[in-house]
Amino acid sequence: MTRSLLDFADWTAEQVQAIFDTADVMHEVLARPVKKVPALQGMTICTAFFENSTRTRLSFELAARRMSADVVTFAAGASSLSKGESLRDTIETLNALGVDAFIVRHEASGAAHLVNKYSAKPTINAGDGRRAHPTQALLDAYTLREKFGSLEGKKITIVGDVRHSRVARSNAELLPMLGASVTLCGPATLLPKELARRGVTLTTDVNEAVKGADAVMALRLQRERMNAGYLGSLEEYAATYQVNEALMERARDGAFVLHPGPMNRDVEISGSLADSPRALIVRQVENGLAVRMSVLYHLLVGRGA
Amino acid sequence: MNFKATILESGDIARALTRIAHEILERNKGAADLALIGVHTRGIPLAARLGAKLRELEGVDVPLGKLDITLYRDDLSEIAHQPIVRKTEVPFDIARRKVVLIDDVLYTGRTVRAALDALTDLGRPSSIQLAVLIDRGHRELPIRADYVGKNLPTARSEVVKVKLAESDEADVVELWEDE
Repeated sequence: MTRSLLDFADWTAEQVQAIFDTADVMHEVLARPVKKVPALQGMTICTAFFENSTRTRLSFELAARRMSADVVTFAAGASSLSKGESLRDTIETLNALGVDAFIVRHEASGAAHLVNKYSAKPTINAGDGRRAHPTQALLDAYTLREKFGSLEGKKITIVGDVRHSRVARSNAELLPMLGASVTLCGPATLLPKELARRGVTLTTDVNEAVKGADAVMALRLQRERMNAGYLGSLEEYAATYQVNEALMERARDGAFVLHPGPMNRDVEISGSLADSPRALIVRQVENGLAVRMSVLYHLLVGRGA
Repeated sequence: MNFKATILESGDIARALTRIAHEILERNKGAADLALIGVHTRGIPLAARLGAKLRELEGVDVPLGKLDITLYRDDLSEIAHQPIVRKTEVPFDIARRKVVLIDDVLYTGRTVRAALDALTDLGRPSSIQLAVLIDRGHRELPIRADYVGKNLPTARSEVVKVKLAESDEADVVELWEDE
């Protein structure tokens, strides 16, 4: 198993399967009266969040604590970054304090690679710029596999602001590795052509994108994109690209709906669809905890860590 | 690794388990409130076999569970390879039950220590007893078995291999010399 999880560039389907198998076990741990195992006892994990996050940070912190690790949280806003300290100096300081692993969220693409370069300890990318969010993709794939048994031959459609979405990029890397085909759909301004490759189709036609899909994932529409001229108005976007009941009629019967959160209800996804039984949004969060426990186990246990 | 001796054959293993089943019933005055929990990997078929013997002898089905102790090992940070974690399946409440923990070989006692931690995270049994097919000595912790199929004094350089038909080609216990 690789020492860090920055993206899926050097991962294999077998390694992903090992993460999923251990996540199954972690679900069983989370159902026990004592929801905690001593596997990472004595280790200190730093959640270094240079960008705001609620669910990812809490999910990682809880995952680490469920494995008995100590957790230190680095919040950029309350740190010496505001005094001009560099990322490198920050990481080296945390290293000197005896941190055993870094979980990094940063607004700059490639920041997790830099942390991995500055530290000899395992680094987990919890989202860097628009580049990658591998544990989100793992929990998405795990949630779909839980429903389908296997992702082989499944059509997964991702709709929204693909250009700025690290979730879309990581899913477009991971899902084809597991045998699924991915259709990325959004307005032309938000659909970079360089993402098209084997197993990944790009289209601006949302009706065509959703046709026959086994699952549809809506991406958060980042309102700041409108100021940058990528979009006309929220209403215009929602009228065309909102994932709602009417659009889902084009998908397969019983097709599932996902969203990485946080949601803009009735913008990229209709509130009623998000609350419907076909929505896996809450299950994605539940699975995220088990998947992150599994990732921590695979990266931190053993002399390779 | 060099083969040294066959310690138990199929009939010997069956007789040892029959004796242990009798001892369990005698000590616990029957099978009421008992539960059998096998430790992955070969403790599980041994627990199933003991369960079948208790059914023959007493006519009752004793609840069976499977316990994986990987996440409780005290050497996780030292081992070179990452052990595969398997599911713990104890589909009944262990509180107030007399749990018999079952493993194939008792050696340093560290697996049993981990199993005791794992079990107590599942609930509070009224007692925990330990049954093993082979006790080869060399304890590193103050742990002893309540039921032993065979005591086998060994050197640390020796390896005890328990093979069971459920996962291996046949039932046999062998002694090997590690090179």
